[in-house]
Amino acid sequence: MSKIYYTDEHEWLKVEGDVATVGITNHAQEQLGDLVFVELPQVGTKLEQGDDGIVVESVKAASDVYAPASGEVTEINSALEAEAALVNASAEGDGWLYKMKLSNPDELNELLDADGYQKLIG
Amino acid sequence: MKTTPLHSLHCDAGAKMGVFSGFDMPLFYPLGVMKEHLHTRASAGLFDISHMVHIAIFGESAATLVEKLCPYHASQQNVGTGRYTFMLNPDGGIIDDLIVTRLAEDRFLIVANAGCAEKDLAHISAVSAGWKAKVVVLPRGFVALQGPQAEAVLASHFDVEDMAFMSAKEPQEGWLISRSGYTGEDGFEIAMPVDECAAFAKALVDDERVEWIGLGARDSLRLEAGLPLYGQDLEMDISPHEAGLLWAIPKDIRTGGSYIGAQPLADAVAEGRKRMRVGLLPEGRPVRGGTSLKNEAGETIGEVTSGGFGPSLDAPLALALVQVDAADDPIFADMRGKLIPMKRTKLPFVPHTYKR
Repeated sequence: MSKIYYTDEHEWLKVEGDVATVGITNHAQEQLGDLVFVELPQVGTKLEQGDDGIVVESVKAASDVYAPASGEVTEINSALEAEAALVNASAEGDGWLYKMKLSNPDELNELLDADGYQKLIG
Repeated sequence: MKTTPLHSLHCDAGAKMGVFSGFDMPLFYPLGVMKEHLHTRASAGLFDISHMVHIAIFGESAATLVEKLCPYHASQQNVGTGRYTFMLNPDGGIIDDLIVTRLAEDRFLIVANAGCAEKDLAHISAVSAGWKAKVVVLPRGFVALQGPQAEAVLASHFDVEDMAFMSAKEPQEGWLISRSGYTGEDGFEIAMPVDECAAFAKALVDDERVEWIGLGARDSLRLEAGLPLYGQDLEMDISPHEAGLLWAIPKDIRTGGSYIGAQPLADAVAEGRKRMRVGLLPEGRPVRGGTSLKNEAGETIGEVTSGGFGPSLDAPLALALVQVDAADDPIFADMRGKLIPMKRTKLPFVPHTYKR
């Protein structure tokens, strides 16, 4: 069983057990336009909820992606190193950014569900 | 927020809009920045540039007033030609970069940047007080049609095949066509009365060779062409010499003249510049404006003024202002402590294809 959460900074997390897959939402990629570079964290990096350091770059601008929850990075989507546009093609699928082992699953209670996020973006 | 005469056309075309210089402008259309950019270089792109400001200067003293305001020989400028120039402040810094077109012996048109309009007009008004010249802002719709197919597309509306780069003509009342642009491509900029703009733009974009192009691709195109943008690469405290724009000032008035800013410019030319504009290729990732540049010893030697990704170059690229004595040594961009090697390269990044 997996559950999907959203943040008001336009990230999504798919949680299975204590592992979350993190990405930016389809709405976010539409707003950013064509991505040309994604700066991913290193495996093993310990993130606190709200940390920056992950950057998605469109042709024109760089945007921070904040850690939606605290935990340790366990895997990164290395396909994005060659093909950042994968995020545009499939933001909430093949264009995921990284996976993390959650250190404080209670943080998830503060996040939005699909309906809440849909309301946020209108 | 201000809108242009083409605002509803952008919305109908599905543009993602954003604020630029107080105007709600199209950033990109459903085609996306990457394809818009490549389409402009391959065929023809249509840009709404109606946010730019048209300032007419006319009257007996118009030419000498322009010579006071801008460092070039306006009184020797041929009628029907435009010129890239700038206005300098008394310290020799750049107030704004401009295209000045001579439309008649006693009539000039300045096209200025939207973000500089207020200070430009204040400056021009102050300088022109007491001169036999009038300064009037013209309400205009303004579009740029750029790319290798621009001539063929525009030729079905106007007789433009014989126009050379930087030539200009007024085909009818209130209209002005010049063979110019800010993409490095051949192309045209067309000004017209506000109420005629939407119908004309629609006619252009209905041509299958033409796509709407937003500000995102406008920026990546001008960056590849090595063209500076005021507010990023040019500022009040940057001299033409530092900006690499000395070419726009005739040789005989680089050492002195009657234009505003002549003495500081002459001094700067005599002393030599300490900073210079360079083109850099960041290794692996884009580096944005405002990023600090370091030498191998870790000392700050400059700053990126514009940076992004060049779709035609298929690589990240940047314009920077660096210390002259450090410009030939290895340069690194400091991205939050991570050092990105920056390879110095010749400008423009992508060759210009102007019709000379």
